[in-house]
Amino acid sequence: MSSQVHGAQKFDNAKRAETVFSEEAMKTVQTIISHYPPEKIKSALLPVLHVAQAEFGGWLSPETMDYVASVLKIRPVEVFEVASFYTMYNLKPMGKCVLEVCQTSSCWLNGAEDIVKYIEKKLNIKVGETTKDGMFSLKVAECLGSCGTAPMLQCGASYHENLTYEKVDAILETYKNEGKLRSYTDLDYKNTL
Amino acid sequence: MGRKLLIHNDKVPGINTLEVYRAHGGYASVEKALKTMQPDQVTDEVKKSGLRGRGGAGFPTGMKWSFLAKPEGVPRYLVCNADESEPGTFKDRYLMEKIPHALIEGMITSSFALGAKTSYIYIRGEYFYVARIVEAAIAEAYAAGWLGKNILGTDFSHDCYVQVGGGAYICGEETALLESLEGKRGNPRIKPPFPAVAGLWGCPTVVNNVETIAAVVPIVNMGGEEYAKIGVGKSTGTKLISASGHINKPGVYEIELGITVEEFIYSEEYCGGIRNGKKLKAVVAGGSSVPILPAALALTTAKGEPRLMTYESLSDGGFLTGTMLGSGGFIAMDEDTSIVKNLFTFSRFYHHESCGQCSPCREGTGWMEKILKKFLNGTANESDVDLLWDIQSKIEGKTICPLGEAAAWPVAAAIRHFKHEFIEIAQKKKFVDISHYDRLNKIRA
Repeated sequence: MSSQVHGAQKFDNAKRAETVFSEEAMKTVQTIISHYPPEKIKSALLPVLHVAQAEFGGWLSPETMDYVASVLKIRPVEVFEVASFYTMYNLKPMGKCVLEVCQTSSCWLNGAEDIVKYIEKKLNIKVGETTKDGMFSLKVAECLGSCGTAPMLQCGASYHENLTYEKVDAILETYKNEGKLRSYTDLDYKNTL
Repeated sequence: MGRKLLIHNDKVPGINTLEVYRAHGGYASVEKALKTMQPDQVTDEVKKSGLRGRGGAGFPTGMKWSFLAKPEGVPRYLVCNADESEPGTFKDRYLMEKIPHALIEGMITSSFALGAKTSYIYIRGEYFYVARIVEAAIAEAYAAGWLGKNILGTDFSHDCYVQVGGGAYICGEETALLESLEGKRGNPRIKPPFPAVAGLWGCPTVVNNVETIAAVVPIVNMGGEEYAKIGVGKSTGTKLISASGHINKPGVYEIELGITVEEFIYSEEYCGGIRNGKKLKAVVAGGSSVPILPAALALTTAKGEPRLMTYESLSDGGFLTGTMLGSGGFIAMDEDTSIVKNLFTFSRFYHHESCGQCSPCREGTGWMEKILKKFLNGTANESDVDLLWDIQSKIEGKTICPLGEAAAWPVAAAIRHFKHEFIEIAQKKKFVDISHYDRLNKIRA
């Protein structure tokens, strides 16, 4: 969070002009905005950023953040200060499937480190990196509330729990075959216990 | 078998749907409150029940409600804190996932008591799929008239919305949560003013944990006095405990406050003992923030009395020999566990999650993580133990919100009770050995 470092991305006016929510996403955004008093629509920022991240390639580019600011009628800096504070918003491009392995106490007690090492070896990347084909990114996360079903990893909206190496194999296989972008906002989450 | 009031129906097929929930007596508290009670009477029942905040602080809920300012013409809000992020805690997730209507029913009944026309359920972003489940339940409740205008033909109208967070532990602190709900960074506010006076958008607001709000349902149904008969002393009612670590049966258990810690760990009804026949080494009884206790002190107080699962018994002896019930995140560790390395995972966590507003927390959490890392890579010396102690003692009480304390307490307790482990590592007599954790496939085989 506070320690999140990111390179300054260049703003591209042409890209900004193309950055527009699809009709469906816009409908979702309008529903979110309707949950707050009309003069308080800034409150919709966190959920709208999730929609934007899913809509525009799994990360928040300067153009995307600028667009979200215009939709919510707030200043771009108000978007950036929020996007840079919360860990779920990616400020640089990521793989289609971001694997977030929980590493806090109960998961660690149950072998989270081994899971991380296993994935590193299998995908030939280190934590924080993305595979060459752009399919997977590997991250470690702090407690995801799955302590009773540890170790676990999250990918988009899906929780994969009670992990074993075999389960990891199957999860990676499934995602790879699907080959699609996985987001927190996905409706087809597949939780495995 | 202990009495269950919150998750007694968790195994009923389809209990996540309104139809099945209603068939099992759901929404009775809304009917009772709206049709036969005045709002203040509901608050009185909650006061009589002795219910204490289930998120971790244990503040009496009825009292918190009675602090709510009620100026004319200003909206009031109820905000549900579903930003469950305390390591070791996953009870709210379980409740929302299995029985989402229990929370919604509690939201309606509580909002009626508080005079709130609108309420928000702030769910941590990582629980996105849980938010979907809760949203689906809310849609059902609207369709059936439990939410919306003139509920049950009364004057009471209510809207309830879900907001997801963005991944920040600090947003579980109630003023940070409100900031986040307003679309800002989760920086805790200086109190006073308390949310009861100036909360969401500056309006009077009550922020309650998921379990607290769900507990209002049985309280209204059975009456506060009946509820207060369960439990021991000022620890009334039932509590959801998230059990994890080296136990045979991790999971969420509803206990009557007052059972012994020993029963909770070793009985078949609950954790079922320590895995692989190992011995219990230490317990974190209420989420990562509370002091860790060695097995002997976890099971028996310094006075030699059996330790009970109550607010009072767990804190008996203060921080010297006691701990806290906290959020009920119960982590048991077996004899092979390295206390130092476990502490490292906590300190890394707090460093990551510090919002950065207050220097003692922003810098101190980082220093503690760095020093603990020296223990892991074998470069620590004995003076580092004192340095660690010194740093933690300078965080407590010097920050806007309790994250500072939450980061300092586990460090203090680990040194207090397990100093020899730090010294052994510093003297190079022992190294942090993690090889025995590479037993994953054996455990799950």
